[in-house]
Amino acid sequence: MDAATLLAQLTVFLLAVVIGFELIARVPSLLHTPLMSATNAIHGIVLVGAIVAIGSPGSLLTQILAFVAVFFGAVNIVGGFLVTNRMLDMFKAQGGGSKGKR
Amino acid sequence: MQIATTLAYLVAALLFIVGIRRMRDPATARIGNVTSAIGMTIAVVATLFQVEELLSLPAIGVGVVAGSAVGAISARRVQMTAMPQMVAAFNGVGGGAAALVAFVEFYRASVLGLAEESVVADLAILLGILIGSVSFAGSIVAFGKLQEIFLTGSIAFPGQKAVNAIVALAILVLGGLVIAGASVPEPIVSVSIILALSLALGVLLVIPIGGADMPIVISLLNAFTGLAAAMSGFVLSNYVLIISGSLVGASGTILTRLMSSSLGRPLGGIIFGAVAAASEDEDDDGEEKSTRSVGAEDVASLLNYDAESVIFVPGYGLAVAQAQSAMAELAKVLEGKGKDVRFAIHPVAGRMPGHMNVLLAEADVPYDNLYDLEDINEVFDETDAVIVVGANDVVNPSAREEGKSAISGMPILDVDHARTVVFVKRSLSPGFAGVDNPLFYDEEKTMMLFSDAKTGLEEIVSSIKNS
Repeated sequence: MDAATLLAQLTVFLLAVVIGFELIARVPSLLHTPLMSATNAIHGIVLVGAIVAIGSPGSLLTQILAFVAVFFGAVNIVGGFLVTNRMLDMFKAQGGGSKGKR
Repeated sequence: MQIATTLAYLVAALLFIVGIRRMRDPATARIGNVTSAIGMTIAVVATLFQVEELLSLPAIGVGVVAGSAVGAISARRVQMTAMPQMVAAFNGVGGGAAALVAFVEFYRASVLGLAEESVVADLAILLGILIGSVSFAGSIVAFGKLQEIFLTGSIAFPGQKAVNAIVALAILVLGGLVIAGASVPEPIVSVSIILALSLALGVLLVIPIGGADMPIVISLLNAFTGLAAAMSGFVLSNYVLIISGSLVGASGTILTRLMSSSLGRPLGGIIFGAVAAASEDEDDDGEEKSTRSVGAEDVASLLNYDAESVIFVPGYGLAVAQAQSAMAELAKVLEGKGKDVRFAIHPVAGRMPGHMNVLLAEADVPYDNLYDLEDINEVFDETDAVIVVGANDVVNPSAREEGKSAISGMPILDVDHARTVVFVKRSLSPGFAGVDNPLFYDEEKTMMLFSDAKTGLEEIVSSIKNS
């Protein structure tokens, strides 16, 4: 890995951290559990890494380990998004805003 | 193809950001979740075109389908009260996947010679293995504790800190050897030992943490898995992994800090065993203090004739007793009588950040009736009756006294400022922190309804309806 690539990656990393802080700080505590569950699903993105790993030349050992990673990643993504959806359905069902106390 | 995939990753990353942005408001949160899910689908499909060994496609298919099935079934079946352990479980598999990806990359480079080795890649791999494994093992322990299968409560043993330090040091030394390019021990051996030690470290870090501190552990492990995913992005030079991983890392970090300040304790103190210090019971004087014990009909008549404004304070005990619907029902009855009804939600009322809000939403309590600590505390002064169900530490006025008890400095709901406080509680037993609540013994202000949360609330409802 050359220095330019590393620098570009570090830049992206830091900017994403800043955006993350900005985004999350404004989510009301009412929605913290669905938020956490949604971000939980998003780190299932590691499935992308697992697919790259299993799809690259390797040995039987790397294939088996990467297969487990693919399985884990898929559990993480599908479970995470579905369970978040279930929770948010309950918030939606109420229609909201009927009293407008705030 | 390379360019198309990179562009797809860019779109996916943008969709994640927009998706989280939409979680600011309950009205758009659901669309936000769908947005992120679309981004995820795009990223995964684009990756399939990057697969070099086409023979591995069937294996990918099997893994994805099986994983999706397991994920979908557990997501459908889980109870809302069990949400923290569900999140812990998904978190653990994510961390495990990140650690495995990093390990596979190291094995390919170091043993098979199929990938380039560099100091940076090695560092990212080691961090990925370390953080991912800690998250995996820690999440499993957290799951066990929350599900009350194993390792429940706070488990401490002598020399715990020393053991943790030795394990961490061993990881550091071995990692240093790998990065320095030492050939003895063989790098793959060192890395395998690091993997094992990191798993052990994950277990060691979480076992001493008790029930009330669970929200912090869950958020922290979430941040860890995000970071581990970002590290595998560095290893594979994959921007969508770096971006998404760091987004999650940032979110977990914020929530962790928020939770630890809600408990009034520094994060370091919780992680590194302040727990043990709070365990000694110095208040065991055996003196019988009297309380004003009342029946459901007394509470009903208070609410009926003597209270225009009522605030409910639900705690985790409410969820344990499955009494959310009973509380919602009582609130509805009171609102029907023209009373002003609100719910006060302490940040650590559940077992993860915002958990109680979800539980009440499930019981059809309108979410604009749910108030944060900051918003509700000034309202208690002008409130006639507060009904505390299954909560104790978060309404304990002794938290305001400096350095006196385990909960000193923890922000609390000022229920003692209201005219009357009703506790629905099975007994006088203190909460998780083990600190007695002086409010129980204030016979002027406090009514104690000794009952199971669900039965108690239902009895109040029926005696209001019958009057």
